[in-house]
Amino acid sequence: MRGDNPKDVLFEKATAVFAFGVLFLAVLLFALLVRESVPAIRKFGAAFLVTKTWDPVAENFGALPFIYGTLVSSFIALLIAVPLAVGSAIFINEFAPEWLKNPVSFLAELLAAIPSVIYGLWGIFVLVPVLRDLLMKPAAHYLGWIPLFKGPVYGPSMLAAGVLLSIMIIPFILSVSREVLATVPRLQKEAVLSLGGTHWEMIRIVIGQHCIPGIFGATVLGLGRALGETMAVTMVIGNRPEIFFSIFQPGYSMAAVIANEFTEATGQLYLSALVEIGLVLFLITFVANLAAKGILNTMVARAGRGL
Amino acid sequence: MENALQVKDLCAWFGDHQVLKNITMDIRRNSVTSVMGPSGCGKSTFIRCLNRMHDLTPGFRVAGDVLFDGRNIYSEKIDPVLLRRKVGMVFQQPNPFPRMSAFENVAVGLKFNGKKRSRAEMAETVEKSLRMAALWDELKDHLGRPGSSLSGGQQQRLCIARALAVEPEVLLMDEPCSALDPMSTAKIEELIEDLSDKYTIVVVTHNMQQAGRISDYVAFFLLGDLIEMDKAAKIFTNPADKRTEEYITGRFG
Amino acid sequence: MESIAFRRRAADRVTRGLFALSAFVVILPLFLIFFDLLWKGARELKWTLLTDLPHPVGEPGGGIANGILGTLSIAGLAMAGGIPMAVMAGIYLAEYGRGKFASAVRFAVDTLTGVPSIIMGIFGYVLWVLPMKRFSAWAAAASLAMIFIPIVVRTTEEMLKTVPASVREAALALGIERWKTTLFITVRTATAGIVTGILLAMARIIGETAPLLFTALGNQFWQSGLDQPIAAIPLQVFNYAISPYDDWHDKAWAGALVLIGMVLAISGGARYFTRVRK
Repeated sequence: MRGDNPKDVLFEKATAVFAFGVLFLAVLLFALLVRESVPAIRKFGAAFLVTKTWDPVAENFGALPFIYGTLVSSFIALLIAVPLAVGSAIFINEFAPEWLKNPVSFLAELLAAIPSVIYGLWGIFVLVPVLRDLLMKPAAHYLGWIPLFKGPVYGPSMLAAGVLLSIMIIPFILSVSREVLATVPRLQKEAVLSLGGTHWEMIRIVIGQHCIPGIFGATVLGLGRALGETMAVTMVIGNRPEIFFSIFQPGYSMAAVIANEFTEATGQLYLSALVEIGLVLFLITFVANLAAKGILNTMVARAGRGL
Repeated sequence: MENALQVKDLCAWFGDHQVLKNITMDIRRNSVTSVMGPSGCGKSTFIRCLNRMHDLTPGFRVAGDVLFDGRNIYSEKIDPVLLRRKVGMVFQQPNPFPRMSAFENVAVGLKFNGKKRSRAEMAETVEKSLRMAALWDELKDHLGRPGSSLSGGQQQRLCIARALAVEPEVLLMDEPCSALDPMSTAKIEELIEDLSDKYTIVVVTHNMQQAGRISDYVAFFLLGDLIEMDKAAKIFTNPADKRTEEYITGRFG
Repeated sequence: MESIAFRRRAADRVTRGLFALSAFVVILPLFLIFFDLLWKGARELKWTLLTDLPHPVGEPGGGIANGILGTLSIAGLAMAGGIPMAVMAGIYLAEYGRGKFASAVRFAVDTLTGVPSIIMGIFGYVLWVLPMKRFSAWAAAASLAMIFIPIVVRTTEEMLKTVPASVREAALALGIERWKTTLFITVRTATAGIVTGILLAMARIIGETAPLLFTALGNQFWQSGLDQPIAAIPLQVFNYAISPYDDWHDKAWAGALVLIGMVLAISGGARYFTRVRK
């Protein structure tokens, strides 16, 4: 009785075929990454993830320096980006005069539109020299006894990558944080104000009660972005496959080593090791994005129930 | 044939919830039949059964017969698409297609119902339909305006013109005036009376005065039951059922 | 009592100032970046930049004309393949997409959206460069399509879902078949939104560099075919930027200025469409 017109059925099937195509592409991507990683997985096994050696000549590969570099540069980025993004979100949503809200959020969104290679360009020629001369050199001079700030200072470094990444991920954390802040019921805010609380106290209480999980979700989402960022990081991180404790020293990231060495990878094992790094990166970002989505969805569901 | 539509023992369910119970009624050709009753009595559900608008609603099912030209519209052999070209519908909220001009709104049914027409034929049908909907004089110089830029009353008449353009035999109207101001309502009511010479019209309304002004026949629904149906004059002066009388005299509903 | 009230008011003032300061710090880099782009990019910004091939080191002048053409070719190919697929898949999800299969497709779309673009480069390489044994515009387009498609599927689905049910009902009541209703009424109603999504995705892929590194590879000359290595502006910016030569650095800035100009023009176009919709 549904009146299944054959043309309607045909059209639905046609759209379903394309939808299946998208599903197929995702599966194909994963399958190709796994297939090409097999030689490296066979050769090095789980040790690949915890080995520090990266020696293309001897065909001895371990991904630890890159995993370390990716995680540390992303962590530095979050350390800078989260307070700034959340602070700006609070400013835009709670304090900014009406005429200022749209321009500020528009400009922040514009940051997300800038191609990554332009961030890298700016990083090389503007950010890195400034950080080197105004921050890293004096800091290494006076605080060099702390292992974290040990010299020598070259410029391209873990810190430079982290700072540049933070600028790039702020727009994402900012816009999600604004959405999270907007889910707070008005009554809750007014309740605090009506008890004689100041605006700041209201924000502190309301955020403490409602927004921490959401902001955590926004942070993880920003992490997902930072982990996979390639060009900007490649251009300022220094590209040294070693692990230094000091954030003033160069490092290397997973995305960067793929970007730099893929076309040079002559042997099958070398290429396979690079693809396996890609596979690991895929899985890490996948987990981060899944976690972020899970957190934010629970948050939205809770807000929907008025909790 | 005297009757445009014959409804026999029509029952309808949303999931487990029965919303229409054994409705039987004849709808006279070229007359205005009002379906009246308090909110939730099933009157909207009922007229949407007459052109199978519920087909895509998950969990909806019907039992019983609705005969149109002597054939059951719920039989396997009836294509609901062709049925809807014969049994048109006007909705509660004016719903012109937002990205189309007034002209395109009226022409769209013709354009997509398969038969090729020349531009001139198309323009002719649009003009005829707009004239019938009493909108031509207001709109003839603004046919390129987006349909959504018209006033609410004009939008509703545009929707009527759009329905008329596909040349239906029956026009179903689901509270066509409830979103309109009194002036626009008066115009639509006048239009309904004019159209009843050529078309069979079924109007859902919960406005008794309106039912009184425009109808030849009135059907009174209550909680999914058809309480009674008769000539309008009879219903309003001497209803057979006590519940109809209570509703009409405003004692409930 | 009074001092407590004073402390609370002071805390309010200070935090207020800190929030405003953080917003300022967030948008400051935007101004710095645009300032440097205009300042340093303007030096090499001449007509020849848009019309000439790159010149070797030391030879002044030269342009990125092959990169502009290359970028447009790759993006055009990616979109030619990506738009039909993404829009149709979006239609499926919006109009018919209930049940497990649709959930799986949505999950795939979400996953693809989050995949770092460099990995899409590996995809293009393994899918195309390895079997064909050469870098090519096709491989680059395959990589970019993987970035383009999930974005457009999502926006198409969202835009179609904003079309009110009353529009679909009106069409069905006129006796218009369901597939025609979807294609010619519902999709048409949402066209502005869908086009906006397509333009934003286009702006995104035009600036992508990582997926091109080992698919398009780059080319100093005009491309001789889509099955050959091809130049692209982002690649040129990257190669000039990491080169040791000062005059190439200037060209990197000029190329970046052209690139950001294209990206902003397309995003601006998207905004225009959004405004028309409202």
